[in-house]
Amino acid sequence: MKPVDEVWWHNRIIPLIVPLLLLIVWQLSVSSGWLSTRILPAPTAVAQAGWALVSSGELLYHLGVSFQRAAIGFVIGGGIGLGLGLITGLSRWGEKLIDSSVQMVRNIPHLALIPLVILWFGIDETAKIFLVALGTLFPIYLNTFHGIRNLDAGLVEMSRSYGLSGWALFRDVILPGALPSILVGVRFALGFMWLTLIVAETISASAGIGYLAMDAREFLQTDVVVLTILLYALLGKLADVTVRRLEQSWLRWHPAYVRTTP
Amino acid sequence: MTINTASLTLKEGGNPIQVRQLRKAFGQLSVLHNLDLDVPAGQFVAIVGRSGCGKSTLLRLLAGLDHASDGELNSGTQSLQSLREDTRLMFQDDRLLPWKRVIDNVGLGLKGSWRSEALQALEEVGLADKADNWPAQLSGGQRQRVALARALIHKPRLLLLDEPLGALDALTRLEMQQLLERIWQEHRFTVVLVTHDVPEAVQLSDRVIVLEEGRIGLDLEVSLARPRQPASAESAAYSGQVLAAVLGESTLTPAVAASPSQAEPTESRVRLSYAS
Repeated sequence: MKPVDEVWWHNRIIPLIVPLLLLIVWQLSVSSGWLSTRILPAPTAVAQAGWALVSSGELLYHLGVSFQRAAIGFVIGGGIGLGLGLITGLSRWGEKLIDSSVQMVRNIPHLALIPLVILWFGIDETAKIFLVALGTLFPIYLNTFHGIRNLDAGLVEMSRSYGLSGWALFRDVILPGALPSILVGVRFALGFMWLTLIVAETISASAGIGYLAMDAREFLQTDVVVLTILLYALLGKLADVTVRRLEQSWLRWHPAYVRTTP
Repeated sequence: MTINTASLTLKEGGNPIQVRQLRKAFGQLSVLHNLDLDVPAGQFVAIVGRSGCGKSTLLRLLAGLDHASDGELNSGTQSLQSLREDTRLMFQDDRLLPWKRVIDNVGLGLKGSWRSEALQALEEVGLADKADNWPAQLSGGQRQRVALARALIHKPRLLLLDEPLGALDALTRLEMQQLLERIWQEHRFTVVLVTHDVPEAVQLSDRVIVLEEGRIGLDLEVSLARPRQPASAESAAYSGQVLAAVLGESTLTPAVAASPSQAEPTESRVRLSYAS
């Protein structure tokens, strides 16, 4: 066993070295005048812009709006994807009926639908939520289907021979067995969720992080634009960490997900 | 291995089996041909044979996992199918649910308050202290013992074993054999053990049946007193006789095969991995 300090050093400090180094190089090249502030403002300037937006309450408001859109779209799209995945995964009949249609729609890049979506829903909230839902539906659908189909048939046979069927079989065997795969789908879906939201918000919005970025672009506020990009990065990371936490708690039986020190 | 003597309150005794004109075919491929077999209640029967001789198929039919193409499977006056609750199958692999803790695996499919009973079953296989572990944290032998506890808690009157010890190392296998024999002697359920390991069959069973291309090639009573010595000359003679039948040297009469001088050449092919 390594001493605690050394483990802590390995886990916390080493991954931070490269980002910190980049930050220092960035700051130095701006303050030395080598990099124009029109192209990239100094990290300190970005931090100042961030602070100004936080203290005026604007940042939290726009963050809230974006988060709400993302969450609603994800719940709707993820829910439909999970439902369809369960149907096609659990029944051959359902697979025949639905799968090829879903696969066909899946192959259309959902962002290509933007003109159509604007014609349908205009440019308000519904259009954005619709796009996010569409972007998150397919990764969850695919991985749910895949997770159920790749279930160890021996375990299902054993469970049946021990009298499990119906809901009990689903709850005790099929769902937990498919869960690792479903959670992989959730991680992909969260990535698509932010991507879709960024595109949807930059096209047209009167609030949200995308609006903040487009507004700042009009006024040549490069520092705010950089700030919004960083915000998206932060939100993406946050979503990823959340799923990883879920994996560590729901999949703690799985040797691959046991929390270990590298 | 420390095994507690705590025992479950099992229904005493076992179910007899009567197999009549049993036939099983997969498409064109016929696996079992009009098989007849009688197993009295409480007997420990071992079925050996080459790969593909139909022994696992027979076991799956007995367990009700597959349906016979023709013929009958009875237990006394009832059909075996109607007594499925009394029948438990242990698979080649442990088939524990990896997302359930050991004790929840043992209690799989049970209703009501089964926890104390599950603990007792675990105690019986010597794993009460592992109740709250995940299956992934156990060794192969321990996992098979959990699978045994999972079968025992259902108070089986017919225990079907599909090479449950096949994947274990020699020492663990020996321990498992002793455990199986002890539990069987305590509860006297009927056991049908399918195995590749001829000495294991001779060591454990009252009767060894050699299946040959879906027919019974040899039906041999093993009249050795228990506890049996795995490496004794008598065991070796029985093993030699069974092995000769498995390998198709059926020209040897049992009396000749059992004599030491004839048994010796085949004996070297017998897996006596645990001879001291």
